[in-house]
Amino acid sequence: MISAVLVMNTQGKPRLAKFYEFRPVEKQQEIIRNVFAVLCSRPEHVSNFVDAESFFGPDARLVYKHFATLYFVFIFDGSENELAMLDLIQVFVETLDKCFRNVCELDVVFNYSKMHTILDEIIFGGQVLETSSAEVLKAVEEITKLEAASSAINLVPKSVSSWRSR
Amino acid sequence: MNPFSSSTRLRDMIRAIRACKTAAEERTVVRKECAAIRASIDENDQHYRHRNMSKLMFIHMLGYPTHFGQMECLKLISSPGFPEKRIGYLGLMLLVDERQEVLMLVTNSLKQDLNHTNQYIVGLALCALGNICSAEMARDLAPEVERLLQFRDPNIRKKAALCSIRIIKKVPDLAENFVNPATGLLREKHHGVLITGVQLCTELCKISSEALEHIRKKCTEGLVRTLKDLANSSYSPEYDIAGITDPFLHIKLLRLLRELGEGDADASDSMNDILAQVATKTESNKVAGNAILYECVQTIMSIEDNGGLRVLAINILGRFLSNRDNNTRYVALNMLMKAVSADTQAVQRHRATILECVKDSDASIRKRALELIYVLVNETNVKPLTKELVDYLEVSDQDFREDLTTKICSIVSKFSLEKIWYIDQMVKVLSKAGNFLKDEVWHALIVVISNASKLHGYTVRALYKAFQTSTEQETFVRVAMWCLGEYGDLLINNVEMLDIEDPITVTESDAVDVVEHALKRHASDLTTKEMALVALLKLSSRFPSCTERIREIIVQYKGNLVLELQQRSIEFNSIIAKHQNISSTLVERMPVLDEETFNARRAGSLTDAASTPTGPSVSLPNGVVKSVAPLLDLLDLSADDTTPAHSSSGGDFLQDLLGVDQSVVSQQSGATHTSKNGTDVLLDLLSIGSPSAPIESPPAQSNSSIINMLSPSTSKREPISSLDDLSSVSLSSRASPTAGAASMTDLLDVFASGPSTIENNGPVNPSITAFESSSLRLTFNLSKQPGTPQTTNIQATFMNLSSNAYTDFVFQAAVPKFLQLLLDPASGNTLPANGKGSITQNLRVTNSQHGKKSLVMRIRITYKINGKDTLEEGQITNFPRDL
Repeated sequence: MISAVLVMNTQGKPRLAKFYEFRPVEKQQEIIRNVFAVLCSRPEHVSNFVDAESFFGPDARLVYKHFATLYFVFIFDGSENELAMLDLIQVFVETLDKCFRNVCELDVVFNYSKMHTILDEIIFGGQVLETSSAEVLKAVEEITKLEAASSAINLVPKSVSSWRSR
Repeated sequence: MNPFSSSTRLRDMIRAIRACKTAAEERTVVRKECAAIRASIDENDQHYRHRNMSKLMFIHMLGYPTHFGQMECLKLISSPGFPEKRIGYLGLMLLVDERQEVLMLVTNSLKQDLNHTNQYIVGLALCALGNICSAEMARDLAPEVERLLQFRDPNIRKKAALCSIRIIKKVPDLAENFVNPATGLLREKHHGVLITGVQLCTELCKISSEALEHIRKKCTEGLVRTLKDLANSSYSPEYDIAGITDPFLHIKLLRLLRELGEGDADASDSMNDILAQVATKTESNKVAGNAILYECVQTIMSIEDNGGLRVLAINILGRFLSNRDNNTRYVALNMLMKAVSADTQAVQRHRATILECVKDSDASIRKRALELIYVLVNETNVKPLTKELVDYLEVSDQDFREDLTTKICSIVSKFSLEKIWYIDQMVKVLSKAGNFLKDEVWHALIVVISNASKLHGYTVRALYKAFQTSTEQETFVRVAMWCLGEYGDLLINNVEMLDIEDPITVTESDAVDVVEHALKRHASDLTTKEMALVALLKLSSRFPSCTERIREIIVQYKGNLVLELQQRSIEFNSIIAKHQNISSTLVERMPVLDEETFNARRAGSLTDAASTPTGPSVSLPNGVVKSVAPLLDLLDLSADDTTPAHSSSGGDFLQDLLGVDQSVVSQQSGATHTSKNGTDVLLDLLSIGSPSAPIESPPAQSNSSIINMLSPSTSKREPISSLDDLSSVSLSSRASPTAGAASMTDLLDVFASGPSTIENNGPVNPSITAFESSSLRLTFNLSKQPGTPQTTNIQATFMNLSSNAYTDFVFQAAVPKFLQLLLDPASGNTLPANGKGSITQNLRVTNSQHGKKSLVMRIRITYKINGKDTLEEGQITNFPRDL
């Protein structure tokens, strides 16, 4: 089972944090800091696997991939195949790339809830839900369409209020 | 509506946060936002709920508390619109703990949404349930999820399948309800549903043994067929990763087969063929392919034994090891580690490749490879493996060396086939990376060396040679020092030459050079320097030609700031300079260190025995230093005394200090029992000096009488007699007027004059015979100055008892630290024969521990008899108490 998906930038700022087992906010932040400390001290051209037992509990493993300014990190237990997790990161990133047309850190920052929607279509409660980025994209687009259709109703009061608040 | 609340859009808030330069600034921005959101929540402002929740999720990710937004999630979820529901469920998953009671409230909304006509809303509800489901929710909503497993839309079916996993994990009792629908999913053609169905079945097998039996019986064949179809299927671009057909499905199928095959020979049998096919046909030049192979290997290793397949599997791992991709090597090593217990022989075949991985550039791979090698070492391969590792030690990373050296040492000591090999390897390791080793490792080496009597010469030569090239490692230097000290003579004489050795010529001064170098190198710490000093001492007797040079080196440390070195330097110097005759026995070789005891101690069975450095059983080189030290201390003492006879009196010294009492008692022979007691009590009360009380000092009795008067039990007669005594004292002593007056006064006045009587004790001059030999007598006349009870004036009188006159007569005295001695010039330096004349000399002793310790003195008298030097020494301990 996958226990957490983290995206953070090379400065250690979290950009996406999803824990599939509940942990209190402070603990989550501690984990993020620990993961970053490990990642930024790793030299290049080394394996993408790290023992995560020290900060995540027994049998925890960590796979990460480094893209431009972002680290994509999956933390999982012994029942998952490490190499497959690496591929899954690839699927996730490819999907983001297709979704945002050359994804960059800013897309991730400003489309925080969309990131979650995409992730929820790939990993569900710590299990792999879908591995085809095309399928994921299709599902996400449907959701976006639905959002747009129903938010048209909300548009009027929102614009009025934002006008009023100025 | 508050115009200021929630006025910023999510985008603006993120921008504002990003613009913050410091953490403090960020906190301020977030605090403001949170305040605005709270205000908005208080107003129950539904227009901003969606936006507030988006912001809260972002704030939550940054690590700020957002618990106040939890109820907003519920409101959003229960609102009819899709965007609100979506953001509500997202918030629910992120902000709410499954243990919180808020969840109880959401169960109903979830139930409604699971039955919603809009399948996307159903999807949202399933997703939320799959992430946060608690045990109660699982029981309440399991029927809905079970029904959704048959939903028409495959996207819902696959979500329902994964949601079922969460439910059965929370409530294992519910597993049986899901077995039938789950096996139904395995026949699905839809990829997503199939992969989730397989995962559900895997979980079911893990949770319930009944489910495992059922699925094993019903589905194994079907799964094998599915896997076969998949493996043989042509390329399907949708699910392919880097040209490999659907690795995820492959992996999940293999994973389920592993559950089914484990512990069941029939099931294992039925999957052998397909496993072999996957293992041989999958391309291994891509990560995705390797992922499949890796999973396949895991399955092969887990299912019931099939020798052929296991060898195949381990060979695949062997191939992984030479893969260029770090990740592949990493997983291969992990897997091999597990496989070692199953089939060591097969793993042994890949030893060479594993050894290469020890030298990998990736630290985590190195670490794992080293652990694996450590497991693989046995009697037959230990030599080449150790050689490789030791060779690699030289070029390895600093960070890695500690691990590496520890492991090498562990291997070497575990498989020490021959001592020469063990010593060789250890010397190599020590000289390259000795600093990474714990002390016990080189202690053990010394024990081994000490026991290998035939290899002493060889070892010391090997160490000498290694020392020429490397002196960086502290522990190496220590071992070298120890061996040079012990076996230095074997080094220069090429004794016990082995056939394999090249003869070397080392002169005595070369060997001393080495020790001197070790002593003077800056990196040497105290222990090393001490060991070097001991080595020098030992060499001084082994190499007579270098003795003088060694002494010079040792003397340089006489002024060292470190007390330990300073002391050793002085001691050793005196041994070399003054005790050449005993030094060779003193610095004999250490007795062979007892290996058994050492090993036992290492194992911890002997606890603190190490702290008593008693001779041979002490194997720690620290102990070596220590065990020599007390011996030297003794010698040092006798060196001062020169005449050994007196060293015994040195021993009595302390005892005398403690046991003065007896001698005093013996002197008070004439005093009555009461008087003695009385004196003591008075002195204790007033804590004034001189109980001295030799019989000739009557005041002691008068003192006692005063006490007797005070004590109620005494008769009235005594005071009177004491009055008489007192008067007699004042007459007999050089009467002071007060004492005389006192004698005239009545009884009460005696009380009053008591103190003055005691003051008058001062001038009384008891005398003792301090020293007497056949040729000389020394008498001390003791006196006190009034008012300074701590100071004793001594008039020393020397009497010649022999028939020869003494010339150049010199008297010297020494006292312990608590005393201060002032020696006045003597009355002369010639002492006529047969007691016909005397020399007097005045001494003044101040006792800083007055009342607690008595005087003691050591004396030394030199004189000439007919021009020939004579020396007499002694110790004076028979001073009266409390001077």
